[in-house]
Amino acid sequence: MDMANQARIKETAEKYGTDKVVVILGGAEAESAGLTAETVIAGDPTYAGPLTNVALGLAVYHIFELKDLIDPQVYDEQISMMEMVLDVEEIINEMNNIRSQYQEG
Amino acid sequence: MNFPVIRGTAYVLVHAPDILLGHGTTITMERLKNPDSEYLKALPGHLRSFQEAVGYLPNQVYIGNAHPRQLAEHPSPWYQHPVEAKTQGKYGQILGQAEFYGLMKIADSFNLVELSAEFAASIKDRMPAANLSPKHLAQLDKTRDLSEIIDMVGSHQADGLYLNGQLVGCVREAHDTDPNLSAHVVFENLVCKASGVLALVNLLERFQIDPKEIDYIIETSEEAIGDMNQRGGGNLAKAIGEIANCVNASGADIRGFCAGPAHGILNAAALVQAGIFKNVVVLAGGSSAKLGMNSRDHVNKQMPALEDMIGGYAVLISENDGVNPVIRTDIVGKHKIGSGSSPQAVIQAIVADPLERNGLKITDVDIFAPELQNPEITVPAGAGDVPLANYKMIGAMAVKRGELDKSELAQFTSTRGMTGFAPTQGHIPSGVPLLGMIRDELLEGRIKRAMVIGKGSLFLGRMTDLFDGISLILEPNQGLVRETGLDLEEIKEHIRLALAEAIEKAADILARR
Repeated sequence: MDMANQARIKETAEKYGTDKVVVILGGAEAESAGLTAETVIAGDPTYAGPLTNVALGLAVYHIFELKDLIDPQVYDEQISMMEMVLDVEEIINEMNNIRSQYQEG
Repeated sequence: MNFPVIRGTAYVLVHAPDILLGHGTTITMERLKNPDSEYLKALPGHLRSFQEAVGYLPNQVYIGNAHPRQLAEHPSPWYQHPVEAKTQGKYGQILGQAEFYGLMKIADSFNLVELSAEFAASIKDRMPAANLSPKHLAQLDKTRDLSEIIDMVGSHQADGLYLNGQLVGCVREAHDTDPNLSAHVVFENLVCKASGVLALVNLLERFQIDPKEIDYIIETSEEAIGDMNQRGGGNLAKAIGEIANCVNASGADIRGFCAGPAHGILNAAALVQAGIFKNVVVLAGGSSAKLGMNSRDHVNKQMPALEDMIGGYAVLISENDGVNPVIRTDIVGKHKIGSGSSPQAVIQAIVADPLERNGLKITDVDIFAPELQNPEITVPAGAGDVPLANYKMIGAMAVKRGELDKSELAQFTSTRGMTGFAPTQGHIPSGVPLLGMIRDELLEGRIKRAMVIGKGSLFLGRMTDLFDGISLILEPNQGLVRETGLDLEEIKEHIRLALAEAIEKAADILARR
């Protein structure tokens, strides 16, 4: 997760409270989505950005996990093509892994 | 309609391991932050020899010695399975660093490049001399003592030109306080200019085009030429044309990040079709800053630092000759400001919309040429296989539109797509590397239609978050079209008939009075 986005997430969480912020990811790969999720829950695993050693514990989901909450027409227009292209199952599994590893542990 | 044609294409590479170490931004940033890092210590051990770089299959594909389809069949990793190392190819050449320093000297109009006498003498006979005048080659006789070069580099008034770590020359600063004319920036700009010259010279030579025929040059790199009062003022196009003796050409630079070349070709096609110019060259040299961009990951993964190649290309767009493949200027795709930036919106705007407007389907296109980055460079760096991702998206769009069955998706990507092979030089991979192959296949009747796609990430300059893209359709030439449709006698006959009709009407009116 790049430095500027880490700074924005940190600032937003501090301003509104960690219980009021949800992070929604759109990453194309399971590994990078997992790393981003880990960063906003437990801190930057690469020890390079503003979230190093900062465990915000934010709620974090990939957009594919929120399909049921989205207007079907909007989902069809914006996301359905990528649903065909990307490995949705692998991404959702990785998100579940990361959440169970850090949030509920 | 007489569409403009792709009359010729040229592709060049320069092997530049010492420039990578001195000018690649990943390396220069690391040197500032962590000068003693393990990565910096290990990197020189991961650099390739010239022979290794030339024998690397993706580089041979780039200069036209192998078909892109050979990549998928070749054992991987490609860097461990070399092919015959040919420096000359059907479309261009691969130049070594030493000769390239000579070319930088020839391309330098302000005596900013200094070469030591010994070094200049050692390369003079090896220069790619075609289309470079004796006046230009005589530049190599102007040399400096190595001791003076050492002093200039030592006092930070110049950036060194190294060969296997040995100082052989330098690029001097063009101003003592202007950051846009610092030795570092002048060095970057001269690298871009000289590799652009190499591409243009190859184009003219390989297609036996008289430089005097060129009317206009459009340069499409990502460098900003200018001093502190006009950073990015340009005009690299004319600067490059001057060295290649295109005395009748004017030109200008077009910028659009990685989409620059596609915008350039579109503009060139418009100039030619409008009849303003007959022969327009679109070209770009490469980038020293991007050398070794992902080398940290390559070092970590125990592979060679594959981003050691400076790229360049040149394309000649000419008026319809009845032979060469045409650019269908009536089927142009564009990502509009209001298109939206989700991948789906982008593919819709650039790929699906222009085809639909012209009654065509995605499956009516035989080959797509999107960004063509070499996946062996990007996958280990976590950036994925960019061309494959593009082909999957285009295929998925076809499925969504009911033009393709979902079960045919994998086949779609392998038959209408190509494995990536271009160096990760920003504007270089964006669509244009396949133009040479597409031109050949259209000329030989192997395909009926191809789409070239240029995409750009505009956020990098922090002026807009918008995405960008342009697409063009190439088709076989259907022969010359007579533009007026009428000759002089036919026009006279039309006038006679119209006059007779008018007189008859007038007589009728008079009679009724």
